[in-house]
Amino acid sequence: MSQPGVRRETCEAAIVGGGPAGLAAAASLRRAGADRVVVLDREAEPGGIPRHAKHQGFGIRDLRRAMSGPAYAARLAELASSAGAEIRAESQVTGWCDDGTLEITSPGGRYELAAKAVVLATGCRERPRSARLVAGSRPQGVMTTGTLQQLVYLHGERPGRRAVVVGAEHVSFSALLTLSHGGARAVAMVTELPRHQTLAAFRLGAAIRYRVPFHTRTAISGIRGRTRVEAIELSDLDTGETRELECDLVVFTADWIPDHELAVLAGVELDPLTRGPAVDAGLRTSRPGTFAAGNVNHGAETADIASLSGSHVASAVIRHLDGEPWPESRVPIRCEPPLGWIAPNLLAAAGTAPPSGRFLVRASQVVRRPQVEVAQDGRRLWSGRLRRLGPGRSTSLPANWTGRVETSGGPVTVGLSASAGKLL
Amino acid sequence: MSGLTASGASSLSARSPSDAVYDVAIVGAGDVGCAIARELARFDLRIALIEAGPDVGAGTSKANTAILHTGFDAKPGTLEARLVARGHDLLMSYADEVGIPVERTGALLVAWSDDERERFGAIRENAERCGYDRVADISTEELYRREPHLGPGALGALAVPDEHIVCPFTPPLAYATQAVLAGVDLRRSEAVSGLERRDGRWLLETSRGRLAADWVVNAAGLRSDEVHAMAGHQGFTVTPRRGELLVYDKLARPLLRHTILPVPTATTKGVLVAPTVFGNVMLGPTAVDVDRKDDTSSTPDGIAYLLSLVGRLVPDLAREEVTAVYVGLRAATEHGDYQLGVDGEDGYAWAGGIRSTGLTASMAIAEHVRDELDRAGLALRDRNGGLPSIRMPNIGEAGPRPFAQPEAIMADSEYGHIVCFCERVTRGEIRDTAVSPVPPADLDGLRRRTRVLMGRCQGFFCGAHVLEMFAEQSGRSPEDLTELPR
Repeated sequence: MSQPGVRRETCEAAIVGGGPAGLAAAASLRRAGADRVVVLDREAEPGGIPRHAKHQGFGIRDLRRAMSGPAYAARLAELASSAGAEIRAESQVTGWCDDGTLEITSPGGRYELAAKAVVLATGCRERPRSARLVAGSRPQGVMTTGTLQQLVYLHGERPGRRAVVVGAEHVSFSALLTLSHGGARAVAMVTELPRHQTLAAFRLGAAIRYRVPFHTRTAISGIRGRTRVEAIELSDLDTGETRELECDLVVFTADWIPDHELAVLAGVELDPLTRGPAVDAGLRTSRPGTFAAGNVNHGAETADIASLSGSHVASAVIRHLDGEPWPESRVPIRCEPPLGWIAPNLLAAAGTAPPSGRFLVRASQVVRRPQVEVAQDGRRLWSGRLRRLGPGRSTSLPANWTGRVETSGGPVTVGLSASAGKLL
Repeated sequence: MSGLTASGASSLSARSPSDAVYDVAIVGAGDVGCAIARELARFDLRIALIEAGPDVGAGTSKANTAILHTGFDAKPGTLEARLVARGHDLLMSYADEVGIPVERTGALLVAWSDDERERFGAIRENAERCGYDRVADISTEELYRREPHLGPGALGALAVPDEHIVCPFTPPLAYATQAVLAGVDLRRSEAVSGLERRDGRWLLETSRGRLAADWVVNAAGLRSDEVHAMAGHQGFTVTPRRGELLVYDKLARPLLRHTILPVPTATTKGVLVAPTVFGNVMLGPTAVDVDRKDDTSSTPDGIAYLLSLVGRLVPDLAREEVTAVYVGLRAATEHGDYQLGVDGEDGYAWAGGIRSTGLTASMAIAEHVRDELDRAGLALRDRNGGLPSIRMPNIGEAGPRPFAQPEAIMADSEYGHIVCFCERVTRGEIRDTAVSPVPPADLDGLRRRTRVLMGRCQGFFCGAHVLEMFAEQSGRSPEDLTELPR
């Protein structure tokens, strides 16, 4: 609701979230000629998650160089600023007025910002212990990688002595590195999956460097400890056996969920599988004038992928600012098990390319060399073999079939050939 | 003051905090103990409020269902029935006076079978015998009009229009704040380990030393039976009853308008689903008797049981994220009623066996204890100035919070610095707790005063920042605050 007496400003494009996606979107929009571009970031410094991910390897796909997280975050902010975008830190969008204007709280005051286009670039977060419904007591010493990295890298704290890392994706191995920087020893890494979900090199590096016992097909079924974690209970998913492991720190990693609150409050439709806004290849949501870029659309991809998604959204934003009508109807793309999600997940006009010219796909289980088929109304649009499908990281699906989609037709399905074949 | 005894005078002096002399020592600073302290603070008495835990309301009081009960389902004629009814009215007006978040949601008691439907008559009759005459039958159609997200299969409902929701954290803080401002000596992290009646006065052995008091009031909650025994009394045993609760994400809040109650059985009030004043939806509690009074662990079975009910109650809730899992232990006894009494000869009063209705009844229990103490001979002379008036910081969704108040931010930009993004808690609010009459002793206490870290990210974004801020303002190290073993 609009508050009487509250200052109101206007701009061409407001970008909510100053992480890689938001900053890249801002820079690209300015370069493409958008007049007044404002980035709103709720943290004290823009840059998002890379600010507190101190390891190397950021910026490879977007900036064509390898940097540390903080250097990468600073560089993206600099690029956006020098392109003429206005970055406002310590500015949290807390909601929307009835007319779609953003409500903002900052130390400089409470105000409203009316924008012709709003890009949601609010990123994602790891599910905490409570959302994973892990039973037991509620002692100190249970956290996500996000908290761990901030404790160690932004505040110089020692988070614990004996740590258990829950999860085995990219970020889980990054947590291992952070633990070692923070003076903690990782006593176990556990995953319910049959194998890790990171690159083999990361896994091998971790095994050699940290000598962490690695437990696959293992769930964390309980947490003990009065004031501080004292032990966790591990369950073997195959045998049902449980055992206790002493530790004073538990780090819940990965299991990402888009930070989609503002999207939901705006009435933007969510994709049931990604839990992010449903978006078309131009990253347009169901609400005219509202776009979504980066990890708010699907949980965590690497920062450079998020940044490329931010650059990509600029062209659709510019077309909107130039008066292109919002698509009235779009064809949904549906995944069939074991495929977990696909993004983007709507198709507007035939021939529009998604970010980097590809769709991102994940599966609920690992499938090697899968034969994948894309179909619409019994008509095969594409079929081919992908390298690998899995839950922890995405696989690229080519987008060269979108031109054959009938925009007035039924949903497009993406599945493994056997199941897709049944449809035909 | 008369002092203890000549021989004890060297070690006992009113000035030393560990060896002080009081007119009344209240053991336990939960909802009940704090309410009693506030009530007695009206009078010219030296009062100690002694709490074993690190904070007021940090035991069983912090994990209740936060329902402001009407007492419609109480057992007629019991103390509990009377005090819940009276306490409801007292707390409603007190909440208004000092700023405790309350939302007037009302409750709907839903029947899911013909058997349950048939008990509606008896429930209404019971409510009337308890003095509550506003229970009304509503049709199935009307029920779904009021609660469109309720699962299918309901067979009508009873509306209980005054069964509201309340902030579970602010009431004991408000009581304690007023008590402390009126001169009550709040002693936290001090466990009472022994009581001895000597020369017409109590000597209290505590984890921090000794103190003396003419009267002892037992409001020790789960440990009220142990304190009762220390005072040489018997008559009730507390068997903790575990209640597990799931708190759903705020995005689920539009799914529900009222508290949805089940038809109670002989043994339990059953599992309810209710909005919270923080804008979440809560499901619970389970009810399982347990052995240990400190076992506030959630269990896989309890969580699974609650999840199994979602599909019937509010199916759309199954899609929502769980923000928190809480466990409360109710201080159940072998008796079907509160255990309240005074032994005038020994200068001892007790308020034990206060179960889940304790928050609602707390102010009425305090009145009751005050009257009993008065009758038993405690001199109640009005204190000069009476109770100071207070206004608690609003942490509920129904009222304005600092982040959304342009004037507050204009006057003090710290209210524009949002620290906890999920719950929109500002640096100004965190700072304010440090100079409040009852400052938080730990992160959990900060959470109960501000909602910081209570939200969906559980610290992913702000956990480290909040820890550093609180360490700085409380003068403690982060390792100490996070209980990191040395």
